[in-house]
This record gives sequence, structure tokens and C-alpha cells, in this order.
Amino acid sequence: MKKTTIKSDVVDALSLPDLCRFCQADETWVIELVEHGVIDPMGSNSGDWRFIGASISRAKKARRLNRDLGINTAGVALVLDLLEERDAMMRRLARLEAI
Amino acid sequence: MDFKDYYKVLGVARDASDDEIKKAFRKGARKYHPDINSDAESEAKFKDVNEAYEVLKDPERRAAYDQLGQEPPQGQGRYQPPPGWDSGFSFSEGGPESDEGFSDFFESLFRRGAGPSGGMGGMGMGGGRGADSHGRIEISIEDAYRGADRTLSLRSPVVGPNGTVTMQDRKLSVHVPKGVSQGQHIRLAGQGAPGAQGAGDLFLEVAFAPHPIYRPDGRDLYLDLPITPWEAALGGQVVMPTPGGKVDLRIPKNARSGQKMRLKGKGLPGKPPGNIYATLKIVNPKVETEEARAFFEKMAKEMAFDPRVGLGGK
Repeated sequence: MKKTTIKSDVVDALSLPDLCRFCQADETWVIELVEHGVIDPMGSNSGDWRFIGASISRAKKARRLNRDLGINTAGVALVLDLLEERDAMMRRLARLEAI
Repeated sequence: MDFKDYYKVLGVARDASDDEIKKAFRKGARKYHPDINSDAESEAKFKDVNEAYEVLKDPERRAAYDQLGQEPPQGQGRYQPPPGWDSGFSFSEGGPESDEGFSDFFESLFRRGAGPSGGMGGMGMGGGRGADSHGRIEISIEDAYRGADRTLSLRSPVVGPNGTVTMQDRKLSVHVPKGVSQGQHIRLAGQGAPGAQGAGDLFLEVAFAPHPIYRPDGRDLYLDLPITPWEAALGGQVVMPTPGGKVDLRIPKNARSGQKMRLKGKGLPGKPPGNIYATLKIVNPKVETEEARAFFEKMAKEMAFDPRVGLGGK
């Protein structure tokens, strides 16, 4: 087993081609996510889009749900919204149960 | 290597139809998908379900697998497929789309001589650079305040000179920078899948380990802060430990249990830093001495206080 020390950096923002590589998806699919409001880039046209924080992890989840469960973009958008709502409620429940 | 009972994994009978298998797989995949079910064991179950379906959906693989029969009765030993078990079957070799391989059992039965799995093959984008791979790294909330060094173990399939696929272990030292928060990604350039024009990147998603005191929400931290009845009544300074060091917190006079105090900028570091929200929790001392008893009796006699007045009735 080889041990290597490597440089690491925190991902602040990804461009459209970066996000496509990251998700192993093509541009059409990422643009569809933007059109459905699943992810929200900064910048006016797709050439200078920057995807930050929450958009990156949402895109990754969307890709996995699409690939693993065969859910289309509208379905993925709904699932992600509901999951976020559920997580917020779980956090709230945990807080209330702790009091 | 352990024998895997793929029928058991999907919860179907050995003579289940293709439709039944597909239905059981879809149900299991939905139930255990790691993005939907955050239980610790759901990820492993999801992988098992996928692996089982990968074999049972393919008539030739399924027939070959059935030929192996049931789990050997001696059970406890390491499983070895009988020699020539797959003669007469021809199945296209392939595997999961994810970055990790399937179990050793699957690998040894169905993937000898095949190339690495689909996910490692690259996308053909960026001119033959290897694909990006993904992983997770769990850190404590304290690590996020200070930064931390971690050693990761990675397993990835590697094709040997004679065409056999083996799982290779790699160790990587990773520096987790100060100020990362849950759901952010750390990029390790060039540590993804190899490709003709350089390797892809490895991305690690940061997850916080459950903490006995703090409940994170973005960069904010929530906790319960126990105070005494007299601190609540009289107000004053209390010292509160936080992951970033001790801070003074001013309790207002007549503080209520459940009242929320905000410590601005004392949450997880960043631009801007998060806040800490402390929920006050009034804790009564256990009355054990005569003096303490006398105190409470004096309060009972002298203080006209009925906390149940709002409940109505008489």
C-alpha cells in the first residue's frame, strides 16, 4: 500500500463543463436541471455560469437519483424539494425532542 | 469471500419471474437509496440490491448463478466457485456504474478479464481525461473549526498485465481545511480515474459526525445550555464552551426555559461565519441537604407563583 500526500482544496464554484464532468453528465442534462430550478447558477449566460455549494451537491444527488432510480428531471426536482423539507423537519424534531 | 444469496437480498423466490425481480429491485433501490435513506447501513444494502439485480436480470448470468446452487452447507468457510462453473454460458461482462466495485463474490464470478467498471471509463469529454470520482469524508465539528489531517483508504479496480481485475487499496493523506461545512466538496486534483490525458479529480463530500452537544444546520450550530433557576431569575454572565473556545454569554433577567440566545459569528468559520443558537434549559438542583430544603420551603411560602394559572379550571 502506497501512501501519498496530495494537495486538496475546497470547491467554491464549478463552471458548466466542470459540473458536467463532476456529475458524469452532458450539458443538456445540466441545463435541464437549471430550467427546472433544481440548481441555480450565478452568471447570465451558460458560458459564465458558476455553480456554488448547495447547487453542486443537489446536482450530484439529482444525477444519482436519475441514474439509480430512473427518475426524470421533474421527478428529481420534486424528490429533492421533499427531501429538503423532510430534513428540515427532522432537524426541527430533534431540537424539540431535546428540550 | 462470502457467498451472496442474491434471491434473499431482493426478497424473491428462486423461481421468481423477471417481472417480480424487476419489481423487487425497484422497490429495494427506492427504499435504500443513500440520497433518500440516511441510515448508516442503507448504502451497503443499496449496493447489495444493485449487485443482486445486476446478476438476476441477465438470463445468462442468472442461469450461471443458479448453477452454483445454494450457499454451501459448511457456510462459515471462504467461498470458492467450483472450477468450470460457468462453462457453457456466455455473458457480457460488466459491472456497476458507480466508482466502487461490487463484492469480491461478484468480481470473481462475473468480472474476470473485463475492463474496469463503467464509471471508471471516462466520459469522452475533455478529450480522454479520466472520469471524476466521488467519496465521502466524515469529520467532527471541532475539525471544521481547526482543520484536520486524515488518511483515507480507497479501493478501486485495477486491470493487471494478464487482464485480471483486482481491487487495489490506496492510502491518501488529505488535509481538511478549516471552515468546511456539511455538504461542501473537497477536491483532490488528479486522484480520480486514470485516462489517456491525465486522471480525473477525486471529490470528497464533507459530512459531520453526529455530535453529543451541537446540532449543525448549515454554518449555524444549535445546542441546549443548562442554567440554574437563580441564573435564570437574576440574569448575569455565564461562561459557555464552544468549539472555537470559551465565550461569555449574558443571560437576561427573568430568562425563560426554551428561550433562544444567539451568539453572532461564533458558529462554523466562513464568510460570513455562522451563529451559535443556545436554547436555555433551567435545571433544578437536587435537594439533598437541610439547608437546601429550607431554601425551597422559604420560596414556597413567600412566593405567590402559580405556573398552572394558564391551564384554566379551578
